[in-house]
Amino acid sequence: MPETLVFYLLSAIAIGASALVIGQRNPMYSVLLLIASFGALAGLYIQLDAPFVAVAQIIIYAGAIMVLFLFVVMLLNAPQEDAAEWDRTHPLRRPAIARFGSLLALLLVVELAWALLSASGIDRPVGEQAGAAAVGSVRALGRVLFTDYVFAFEATSVLILVAMVGAVVLARREGEAP
Amino acid sequence: MIPLDHYLFVSAVLFAIGTAGIFLRRNLITILLSVEIMLNAVNLSFVAFGRQQGGFDGQIIVFFVMTVAAAEAAVGLAIVIALYRHRESLNPDAFTSLRW
Repeated sequence: MPETLVFYLLSAIAIGASALVIGQRNPMYSVLLLIASFGALAGLYIQLDAPFVAVAQIIIYAGAIMVLFLFVVMLLNAPQEDAAEWDRTHPLRRPAIARFGSLLALLLVVELAWALLSASGIDRPVGEQAGAAAVGSVRALGRVLFTDYVFAFEATSVLILVAMVGAVVLARREGEAP
Repeated sequence: MIPLDHYLFVSAVLFAIGTAGIFLRRNLITILLSVEIMLNAVNLSFVAFGRQQGGFDGQIIVFFVMTVAAAEAAVGLAIVIALYRHRESLNPDAFTSLRW
């Protein structure tokens, strides 16, 4: 079945690229791999009949946010993770604490798997329920966004304004005129 | 059709990868990238659940999460630039004092 194949392919790309993001020491490669992961996620959104989210994923995430990250990586010009002596002298690096931390991480994975396995009714295929037919239409999505959610939509403009002012203030050199 | 729990499994794995990245990496930019991975994992669950239930609420909240992620990236990277100017390092262990 082709769509199952496409799902597994895109999921494998998303998970593999994300794992490699964590595995890289050079943040430049991490950013580029994360763009690949976001592209695979956009494919998954198309499979879920959410074309608006898929396009927004490509334009906003891969286009805007990741370019911002790339810009900062190039601006700071500090590609490698540095200072191994911090790792050795830091109190949180002691083996007992590290073992406790990995135990907690394993617990999180077990808990997530248990929650997924014990939940009922999630093994049905997506999109076969009643009312799930009209999801793909961007026109209806815009109508809902600008009627039911219009207050939240306008509030995001204030959020973006605050973030813009905050970024300008934080990145400004000290002593410079604002 | 793909069962819903397949999407949820992919989402859980991505979220775990993001969590692991925050704890394992010693680079502020990679830590911010891990936060983006976690946000995207949650977005995938939202869209999958929204598709399961019908309606647009899942996709609309993903839109808002993307907005918050953009704001978070802008402010976070501004903080990273300001910190790098002070210490010439991106290692979070270098920033242990509240003022200097």
